[in-house]
Amino acid sequence: MPHIALPEGVPGILGPMAFRPETAKPLNELAETLLRGPSTLSPGERELIAAYVSSRNDCLFCQSIHGAVAAYHFDGNEQLVLDVKRSAERAPVSDKLKALLAIAGEVQHRGKHVTAGEIERARQAGATDLEIHDTVLIAAAFCMYNRYVDGLGTWAPREPEAYREPAATLAREGYVASVR
Amino acid sequence: MPHIALPEGLPGITSAFAFRPETAKPLRELAEILLRGPGSLTSAERETIAAFVSTRNDCYFCQTSHRAAAAHHAGGSYEMVDAVRLDSLNAPVSPKLKALLAIAGKVQQGGKNVTPEDIQRARQEGATEPEIHDTVLIAAAFCMYNRYVDGLATYTPVDDFKLYDEMGAHMAHEGYTRPAGEMHREAGR
Repeated sequence: MPHIALPEGVPGILGPMAFRPETAKPLNELAETLLRGPSTLSPGERELIAAYVSSRNDCLFCQSIHGAVAAYHFDGNEQLVLDVKRSAERAPVSDKLKALLAIAGEVQHRGKHVTAGEIERARQAGATDLEIHDTVLIAAAFCMYNRYVDGLGTWAPREPEAYREPAATLAREGYVASVR
Repeated sequence: MPHIALPEGLPGITSAFAFRPETAKPLRELAEILLRGPGSLTSAERETIAAFVSTRNDCYFCQTSHRAAAAHHAGGSYEMVDAVRLDSLNAPVSPKLKALLAIAGKVQQGGKNVTPEDIQRARQEGATEPEIHDTVLIAAAFCMYNRYVDGLATYTPVDDFKLYDEMGAHMAHEGYTRPAGEMHREAGR
């Protein structure tokens, strides 16, 4: 049961967002810009970073929905999401994305853990300053979203199937249009 | 030195905001609503929660600037915010704020650490549902801002009371949606 009286029947972050539309607006706009705005990282890559950080923060709702959106962008490849969550270094993704996931993993732990060596590795693999910036901010933002969702004790479905349809809608319509 | 080429002379998060205005907009709006928007918690209380969480995340820029903002919401007195940062359990603040700080401290560690007992205690001390909601979101949001600032290794002036005191006055009185570029540029020379 949620810690406060949230609207019933809506999972995860949707409850608190309906409870407090004023803060939902910038929260959705931030997700839209970071995950779907113009970028040289694909939406699938960015959703993978979001799912990876949410998995490390042990947030069921966020890792499930963003994992499902990532899979949608990668032609339904749910195994890829599982591989990244299990081990980013061994997952079948580009060297650049591996280096960015390593940075995201450090940010999840603590901002100061990011080292010059990790930044250099990402640069060597072709990452731009903007890509590194967005990776740090996606990881930081999911340390917020995850805590928001779990700190209020929200409810979330356990079955991965429950996320496929909502994920497809999010992938097609985005965070501002489809979340009200 | 910052990890990426951020605009020079701007301290902390303001350099990252200048680097990426598209994300700065919702990040600024969120801070404005949470810390200065309509609410039954005073802005001094909300800034104190922000400074408390930033202290626990060891983020020098955020804890120092929000400490100053809290002070400027309290007539320029650093007494309350410093007492909370030093020892929140024994600080001379209301039992309600203490209970909300306890929740914020749990959120800082991880959302799942918040227990029904923590919530019950806050309710018994008079906290409303929106106040509990906002406390959780302020704590969560500063787990983001702190990581953003430190994850990019932004330029952080240290031992510069005047700079942060002026920044805090601007944050408290002008808010977060109006960039204080000129002031920061001058102060950060």
